[in-house]
Amino acid sequence: MDNYEFHWNVVFDAFPQLLSGAFTTIHVSVLSMLLGIVIAVLLALGKMSDSKIFYNMANIWIETARNLPALFLIYMAYFGLGAYGIHLSPYFSVFSALVFINAGYLAETFRGGFQSIPTTQYSAAKSLGMNSLKVYRHVILPQMFRRIYHPMTNQFVWSILMSSLGILVGMNELSGETQRLQSTSFRTLEFFIVAAVMYFVITKLVLLASGLIAKKVFKGELS
Amino acid sequence: MIEIKGVHKSFGDLEVLKGIDLNVNSGEVVSIIGASGSGKSTLLYCINAIEKINSGNIIVDDIDVHDKKTDKNKLRQNLGMVFQQWNSFPHLTVLENAALAPRIVKGFTKEEAEEIARKELVHVGLGDKLDVYPTRMSGGQQQRLAIARALAMKPAYMLFDEVTSALDPELVGEVLDTLRLLRDDGMTMICVTHEISFAKEVSDKVAFFHKGLIEEMGPPDEVLGNPQRERTQQFLSKVL
Repeated sequence: MDNYEFHWNVVFDAFPQLLSGAFTTIHVSVLSMLLGIVIAVLLALGKMSDSKIFYNMANIWIETARNLPALFLIYMAYFGLGAYGIHLSPYFSVFSALVFINAGYLAETFRGGFQSIPTTQYSAAKSLGMNSLKVYRHVILPQMFRRIYHPMTNQFVWSILMSSLGILVGMNELSGETQRLQSTSFRTLEFFIVAAVMYFVITKLVLLASGLIAKKVFKGELS
Repeated sequence: MIEIKGVHKSFGDLEVLKGIDLNVNSGEVVSIIGASGSGKSTLLYCINAIEKINSGNIIVDDIDVHDKKTDKNKLRQNLGMVFQQWNSFPHLTVLENAALAPRIVKGFTKEEAEEIARKELVHVGLGDKLDVYPTRMSGGQQQRLAIARALAMKPAYMLFDEVTSALDPELVGEVLDTLRLLRDDGMTMICVTHEISFAKEVSDKVAFFHKGLIEEMGPPDEVLGNPQRERTQQFLSKVL
């Protein structure tokens, strides 16, 4: 290790492949986040519902998603379903696992955000003659959204970083691409350093953009 | 006119209103006093149809509030309500707070709604706070905002539920001044209050609630100045 010589040229030559891997990373994170959000809304509603069936279904999903390692879920999607003859592509295995986990975590974020709005806000809006739809649209949801916004950003960053587990099922996202390139060139350290910097830049950009949007969108203060 | 006839209301096994009869004529100010748990606030919530009643009738301008066919949202536009907790909408400026309902409920344009809101805010002395977010204001200012926000809907009646109870003592005065202003405007008001001297000053009628019933009712000089019922005397001797 003392006399390890860095050779960066190989890495720079392979940069287009790394970029393509980074694109796949962003791709799978964004899509798993979007679908995760939709499902999370349903799970949050289920968890707040009076129906035992909906509550239990939502609760099982949420508890499973929050208490199992992401890797297990990816393996179950890729190898586990494979045992039943259902063969998911590496991309779809990782995507499914991330959707499953994102939905579970976000459901609790949404539920917490919703329950943090005092019920008196609802009464006050109602007393002004608003119907329930208008109360939610203009009073409850805007306040709720700003409470869940930053936890949502964190979940998105988590998805970007966790998609690197795709390396273990042969997915061609940034980590998988890095793994493939270093194994044929033997420039392990160089490739992983560059990939690390790329992950860092991607997440930093996400956080920066999220902060700028928050500054523009959210006026006033939380009560 | 608000007519309350034989209203009973229970929360589970607990009966909080045990047959309330009360009329409020247009332009009248009625104060409701009494110990906590005597049903004062519950009655306001029933007038506004935020709470259902078990039996009896509440009629507001010939409309039966608790009739299934009554459009409650439309009804509430005519019944402004201000709560103990002021419930400002923290994501909106003072002006937006007061302009929201006229715009989205009554269908005024943004400009029209803001003009209505501005007038009411100036009226309650918040003309210099229009672009401020409510969390930056004192409780007294936020409570005046809540009053202006309700007034912007041009209600015929205002219901006040212990609007000074959650305020620091030095902020009570400004809110009471606003209520005096409304009385001078001729607004019909029902005030649930613990401010006995204020009730004495502004009311046309005072109702003393005791355990879900009106124990004594009449002009403030009589009920507060020379109460006939023993329970009223006991209550007043404790709070005065």
